[in-house]
Amino acid sequence: MKIMVAVKRVVDYAVKIRIKPDKSGVETQNVKMSMNPFCEIALEEALKIKESGLAKEVVAVTMGPSNCVDTLRTGLAMGADRGIHVEAARDLVPLSVAKVLKKLVEVENPGLLILGKQAIDDDCNQTGQMIAGLLGWPQGTFASKVVLDKEKRVATVDREVDGGLETLCLDLPAVITTDLRLNQPRYATLPNIMKAKSKPIKKYTPEELNVEIKSDLEVVQVTEPPKRKAGVILSSVDELIDKLKNEAHVI
Amino acid sequence: MASRLLLQNLSKRHLLRSTFASRSASTLVLAEHEGGSIKAQSLSAVVAANSLSQDNPVSLLLAGSGSSLHQAAEKAATCHPSISQVLVADSEEFAYPLAEPWAKLIQLVQLKGDYSHVIATSDSFGKNILPRAAALLDVSPVTDVVDINGPRQFISYIPDTGIRYGYQETGQALHQKYFGVRSTSTSWLLVKGHRVMILNCVEVCRPIYAGNALCTVRYTGANPCMLTVRSTSFPVPPISVDSKSGGASISEVDLSTLDEDSVGKSRFMKLSSQDTGRPDLGSAKIVVTGGRALKSAENFKMIEKLAEKLGAAVGATRAAVDAGFVPNDLQVGQTGKIVAPELYMAFGVSGAIQHLAGMKDSKIIVAVNKDSDAPIFQVADYGLVGDLFEVIPELLEKLPEKK
Repeated sequence: MKIMVAVKRVVDYAVKIRIKPDKSGVETQNVKMSMNPFCEIALEEALKIKESGLAKEVVAVTMGPSNCVDTLRTGLAMGADRGIHVEAARDLVPLSVAKVLKKLVEVENPGLLILGKQAIDDDCNQTGQMIAGLLGWPQGTFASKVVLDKEKRVATVDREVDGGLETLCLDLPAVITTDLRLNQPRYATLPNIMKAKSKPIKKYTPEELNVEIKSDLEVVQVTEPPKRKAGVILSSVDELIDKLKNEAHVI
Repeated sequence: MASRLLLQNLSKRHLLRSTFASRSASTLVLAEHEGGSIKAQSLSAVVAANSLSQDNPVSLLLAGSGSSLHQAAEKAATCHPSISQVLVADSEEFAYPLAEPWAKLIQLVQLKGDYSHVIATSDSFGKNILPRAAALLDVSPVTDVVDINGPRQFISYIPDTGIRYGYQETGQALHQKYFGVRSTSTSWLLVKGHRVMILNCVEVCRPIYAGNALCTVRYTGANPCMLTVRSTSFPVPPISVDSKSGGASISEVDLSTLDEDSVGKSRFMKLSSQDTGRPDLGSAKIVVTGGRALKSAENFKMIEKLAEKLGAAVGATRAAVDAGFVPNDLQVGQTGKIVAPELYMAFGVSGAIQHLAGMKDSKIIVAVNKDSDAPIFQVADYGLVGDLFEVIPELLEKLPEKK
């Protein structure tokens, strides 16, 4: 079985973002970029499945401008066998990403597609569900545990839902999106980073895949969220209780 | 394949038909029910539908199986004045919230009902299902909406006229501004020999980058505009039920044409939840949260005790969940729950941006931390620098009894 993993290049999670003065978006020039943390978890899960002998190959896919290849190399250094880069000039909305992924699934025929549950830049939480819908595959979103049964061709997935943990059984092929607690992603070691440089990366354009990139969404503006006014530091529990009771009237 | 072609044709025709003809909005709200009544959060989606347009008939979609479904439908019919219709889909397929049959159901209901908007609450239920349904309908959904700027008319593109685009509250005003004519009933206009298209659009606001930026997006695509809304941003006011209105009509969804391609490929096995008897984290008025500094699951019980005394829900940081102090459905933050209670009390929480993303819309924030430089103090209304192992017992002792 082949596993396909989608990875996204995003502003590093530790960076304090800045909004562009013209309100057109968030500053991404000269800002540290990394692989989306949920994508790292997705890739780690795919690698674990491969190491347990249930999958033969792990293919990492990314979409975006040419510098997304860096993210793909990170994925290859973690252990993915090869990469696919779909070069697109501007930001793609999840629907477009899902359509491109669908074409790649038709080319590559993976038995399992793993994505992160959301990208930490747009916080959309849509792509996995959309690709599953387009393919007509079952979906296991917000997964915190994945168990594959190769014989029966099913995956048992524990999902993090509002009320607790939900367990689903999915027929393969399926789409899984990863939650934080699924695993602890590995670091790429120096020898593996060197090796990754010689691993193949195939390039496509959306046109070659016959996907029309249209967008029915337009960003009007990006602004700062309203700031909270500065609070006060109190000196004792008595003062706190007094403030909560007589100033804030919340208890 | 055939069905997909049909769908594409439908959505194209749809695009042409939209605009003035469908100026009056109609909204489908995907609702959740439990134990014979609809969940409180689902009503915030109805409130969001109201802010789209005053005159907006809301159809509530309830699915499930058995008597509790019909009981919930009865209650839903009278629970909010703007609900004009309750659609009930009764089938074994919907006994559990599986995305595959539910997304198909939304597709089916949308193709029949031609709604201008489809709204769900952005909880794990809505986020799981709505994007899948959007893909089936070939539209881009918008998640986690915190504000809505009503439907507007919008000119998509006018070549060679110098007008890039423009929008106004009503089609009439738009026409007068750009063409000096009164509104026509067509979605196409001839401007200087060019055919231009006029679309309905919706502007919504949503947080991005863990709430560190607010993004206003304009949806200009085909019907329906699909949104998941943050329930804390659309609070449900206490509603006095008008007994005269007699409530909404209840009708069954005809499921005979439900396409069963991908249904049955996923099966529900079990749900493990912990019933604590405390208020629900997402809708509680007071939330008491503990972080890594609690050191152990044993110590975390102090937080629970305090919560009991205040009638509050218990929350946790990712660190506390990862350390195994509490189950993960208590996590507050970018990847956990988003809460906006009246009072949020954080004990031993440093205040990482991912955590702040989940609670900084709380009315009053109280932080107790040993480290006076902890970032949590930058958002706290009241801060107390001190050892939580001393502060919590003192609070327990001195807090007034809950009435």
